[in-house]
Amino acid sequence: MSNRQYIQGGIGLSEDDIQQGKVFFAEDSLNCRYAWDMGVAIERYLRELKNGRIIAKSCNECRRIMVPPRMFCELCFRPSDDWVFVQDTGVVNTFSICYVNWDASRIKPGETPHLPAVIEIDGASKGMGIMHRLGEVDPKDIKIGMRVKAVWKPAEERTGAITDIKYFKPYQEV
Amino acid sequence: MNRVAIVGVGCSRLGSTSRDVSYREMIFEAAVKCYEDAGGIHPQDIDAFVASSEDFMEGISIADEYVPDQLGAVLKPVQSITGDSLQGLASAMMHIQTGQMDLVVASSFSKASNVQHYENVVSYACDPVTVRPLGENPYFIAGLEMQRYLYETGTSEAHCAQVVAENKYNALFNPLAVYGAKTDIEQVLASPQLFSPLKYQDIAHHADGAVVVLLASERKARELAKKPVWIKGIGWATDTPNLDSRQDGWGDAVYARLAARQAYKMAGITSPRHEICFAEIDDTFSYKQLQHLEALNICARGEAGKLLCQGEFSRQGGFPVNMSGGSLGVGYLHEANGLYKLAEVVWQLRGEAGRRQLDGVKTGLAFAWRGIPTATGVAVILSNLE
Repeated sequence: MSNRQYIQGGIGLSEDDIQQGKVFFAEDSLNCRYAWDMGVAIERYLRELKNGRIIAKSCNECRRIMVPPRMFCELCFRPSDDWVFVQDTGVVNTFSICYVNWDASRIKPGETPHLPAVIEIDGASKGMGIMHRLGEVDPKDIKIGMRVKAVWKPAEERTGAITDIKYFKPYQEV
Repeated sequence: MNRVAIVGVGCSRLGSTSRDVSYREMIFEAAVKCYEDAGGIHPQDIDAFVASSEDFMEGISIADEYVPDQLGAVLKPVQSITGDSLQGLASAMMHIQTGQMDLVVASSFSKASNVQHYENVVSYACDPVTVRPLGENPYFIAGLEMQRYLYETGTSEAHCAQVVAENKYNALFNPLAVYGAKTDIEQVLASPQLFSPLKYQDIAHHADGAVVVLLASERKARELAKKPVWIKGIGWATDTPNLDSRQDGWGDAVYARLAARQAYKMAGITSPRHEICFAEIDDTFSYKQLQHLEALNICARGEAGKLLCQGEFSRQGGFPVNMSGGSLGVGYLHEANGLYKLAEVVWQLRGEAGRRQLDGVKTGLAFAWRGIPTATGVAVILSNLE
């Protein structure tokens, strides 16, 4: 390269320039909508959530019971086999106590933190289950390995979504 | 240089919609077909996977993380190329040329029917300061290109209409094609003006589908494939993104010219019209096929329309183009466009193209363009000759 000169001479903006509207603004809002085809497996999964139950699919080669269900086993790479209902109870695999909201604002004092958790569902293979949240629990009582059970919305409020389960709460077997 | 062959090709069902399956289930179909086509290999035996996608088309950020399951690529080396799937093919090919890998997959899919505001997605590819504030539907870019191309070359709107008629007719012989039809110049010219001179029928309609291709090193290809198809040359190029200063890039597909030059050089081709038997060439818009034919040096500038109307690019002609039906006849498959064109060339070179089979073809060209507002193209030369 013959001329190794860097570019300079632009004008940096101050907070005032922006507040007083002295600078060029291009405002735009993204309007992109998608109509995702759920496919065979997830459609059935959501339908059954609406019915208040959790369905899985089995692979008869690796013997896994897979939740959420899928039409093929991603490890054996073959079509999956049978539809199997599993329990709405399980074990906390991992969790986090979140003091920050979805929009990056901090939760207000006194508000319960968000409690996302991975639940290994009873009846599904080890390590498989549902990504959800915990409720009716004091955050400091949550432990890995804790037994939990789904708290469902009333049938008439269910829409066929993972939020048809409100949360998972601690659960003692009788 | 380490030689690379295509040893497996799989294509899902194509459709204007695909409501019965998720993208995962659709890609699984293409992958299963590809691995069966390669002699029934298990994806455990594949070394790496390259997918091509654009997040905005899928509505998922970092969409490459969603690639592994449906290809059998869980816990394997996986990467995504944001671009046309022939750019992904180039990357897959380079994986093998390192000498470290023997089998690499290239894959891509389209769920175009799920994208409710395609124009908005394209609009977001335009510069937010110098272009987007104009508030135009981004297809105007194709209108500008077509206008300049016709002006510079003397090509007529009727020539472009003939591209539509031929490709849609060819598609009638392709069981995968979605938009096959018998139409003629008059009907195309009479279709509604949209972004003049671009008319409704000049635009390829979108389709859903997935394509998965398996590449192999020379050693592995000889072991696996009865009819390996060799990648003889590949080239790609990108023009400036500045719509206001593309210079020659409005009338001429400069990116295609450069991509082809690189691919021809690698393949040792000096007279493409005579050394290549046939081609699958981007026809996202009717004029693009003609503009691309000229930029790819298949004919001189301004000649493509006339040669087309003389039948040179038809089945009986000297240089058949888009026997598949092209994007106008098959459907526009987003990032999967390029791999579909490549699949067609492979089927032809293996003699497996059914009713659209050409006699005795030895060498074919696949060329993909990344669509508006881009100026990126990829050319691939394939051959069944050792």
